[in-house]
Amino acid sequence: MELLVAAGIGLLTAVGLYLVLRPHSFTMIVGTVFLSYAVNLFLFAMGRLTLDRPPLVDAGATSYADPLPQALVLTAIVISFGMTALAVVLALRGFLETGSDRVDGGRPDPEPAPTDRAGEAP
Amino acid sequence: MTPLPFTGLIVMPIVLPALTAAVLVLAFRYRLDLQRIVSVGAAALLLAVAIALYASARDGDVQPYALGNWPAPFGITLVLDRLSATMVLLTALVGLAVTLYAITGWDRRGRHFHPLLQFQLMGLSGAFLTGDVFNLFVFFEVMLIASYALMLHGGGARRLKAGLTYVAINLIGSTLFLFAVGVIYAVTGTLNMADLAAKVATVAPADEALLRTGALLLLLVFALKAALVPLHWWLPGAYAAAPGPVAAMFMLMTKVGAYAILRVYTLVFGVDAGAVANVASPWVVPAALLTLALGAAGVLASRSLTALACFSVVWSMGSLLTAFGLFDFGGIAAGLYYLLHSTLAGAALFLLVDLVAGVRDGAADRIVPTPALPQGALFAGLFFVAGIAVAGLPPLSGFVGKLLLLDATGSAPGAAVIWTVVLATSLAVILGFARAGSTLFWKTAPGPAVPARPGRAAMLPTVVCIAVLGATALLAAFAGPVTAELDATARQLLDTAAYRRAVAPVQSAAMPSGGTP
Repeated sequence: MELLVAAGIGLLTAVGLYLVLRPHSFTMIVGTVFLSYAVNLFLFAMGRLTLDRPPLVDAGATSYADPLPQALVLTAIVISFGMTALAVVLALRGFLETGSDRVDGGRPDPEPAPTDRAGEAP
Repeated sequence: MTPLPFTGLIVMPIVLPALTAAVLVLAFRYRLDLQRIVSVGAAALLLAVAIALYASARDGDVQPYALGNWPAPFGITLVLDRLSATMVLLTALVGLAVTLYAITGWDRRGRHFHPLLQFQLMGLSGAFLTGDVFNLFVFFEVMLIASYALMLHGGGARRLKAGLTYVAINLIGSTLFLFAVGVIYAVTGTLNMADLAAKVATVAPADEALLRTGALLLLLVFALKAALVPLHWWLPGAYAAAPGPVAAMFMLMTKVGAYAILRVYTLVFGVDAGAVANVASPWVVPAALLTLALGAAGVLASRSLTALACFSVVWSMGSLLTAFGLFDFGGIAAGLYYLLHSTLAGAALFLLVDLVAGVRDGAADRIVPTPALPQGALFAGLFFVAGIAVAGLPPLSGFVGKLLLLDATGSAPGAAVIWTVVLATSLAVILGFARAGSTLFWKTAPGPAVPARPGRAAMLPTVVCIAVLGATALLAAFAGPVTAELDATARQLLDTAAYRRAVAPVQSAAMPSGGTP
């Protein structure tokens, strides 16, 4: 189970990092979403991975699962959700006002050439 | 002992701006005149609260406040000590100045300026008062979200572009913060700072590497906020795009990073931290020296007043963290004085740049000669004083700050390098300011003088700007009492045992986590 969770978090982080470093705002935002998924899973795992243990007082229990990480994750989810929404709005406004969604200051991508409708090409 | 009027006063710097912001949005949404009255009143009230808190903290006791009466470390603890009281006082001062400055026009250029500023004040005060690492994260986010909207206040394509970069870098910073918090919690099982301070010294040897990773990740996050090289490059773009009064308020945003470094790496990862003791020491001073060099180079290369102000902020953060990076009594005391000075001087400079750009019409803030300005002598005089304050020439507070810094670093390892860098970059900054000032105010381009615009010649912004500059002069005039106060603050900060005793986290019998079944 540890290997699976660790590999999953690692993969999400790697994907997120790669996307964040792309020059366009949309991919960048998707990248931050991946990163926040990764960190949410990571926070869950920080209370250690356990099976079938009660989080709160239970007379018959010998040991407990850590009840705190879920509260932290909930806070983190709410915050990253709000942040992502704001970033999307900003990126949209920026795209509409400048006509480009590049975030690295490079030249806007050329407009795709108007494609002819299928079958009517000469 | 000066007792608090009631113990709940500690939460007021957080609750008061939050309630004010809510009232402003809900009740006075379309009434800008009422918004201004309420906002100024709330800012003045916050200042009064901050003064009361400071008076109470002066006796040297660390005063914890358990939110919801949950004992530490199970609940969130707010902690009032001299350092947090000083920072809250500084926040309230700058907050009032910015509010007064903004009511003469900036708040009309977009919506919700005042509620957002109040939320910003709430986040800043919370970050300074909290005694819990995860709660620190939450307050960071509160002030960041407010700062995003404030930075975009007034709109425009350039602001949007800079804003997206600023949001992106802080989103990644927040993610790193959570990773760091996760690692530290996984190893120690707590996030309360006082409890952490007790537990980091006794981690199992197998977990030391993890804890060190967490501590350094956290340093990375704080350094990003404090604009420490090489994590500084977001600052010039973001601050330059922000409206003048907002940039003045942002002076405290970088200081939050410096404060967090100071708090966490003396209290939690300080000298008593066992295997991870002084984990930040090897990194902060070298990075701060690089910051000094890069900031000064930026000041010399600036082509606009705004860029000049931004790079002087980067440079002053370098000076500040050189002092804090020593993590000893002298360094912290000198750094605290420099922190007060650089916040006020930087805020005054940003307000002044906004004023000057306002009267210069076409040239705005570019460093090019223009025809003679209305009130040119006044602005030239103010710029001269602001330049003296920021660059650290006598007789203003920058000079005292620099003197304290040089004195504190005199016996540190590598003192020769530190002195060389500090003095050489100071010279470069003086040159940069002299060049900008002479181009702007001495050289005049031929042409008819710029007519004074009647509607814009409001007195209040100039008065606010002069008042903030006057505060740096006061800081220099009363350098003796102020440094005595800050010495006591530094001494209290280094007495981590007293902090831990005051917060007194309940020691849980056994950690509830237990590995895999």
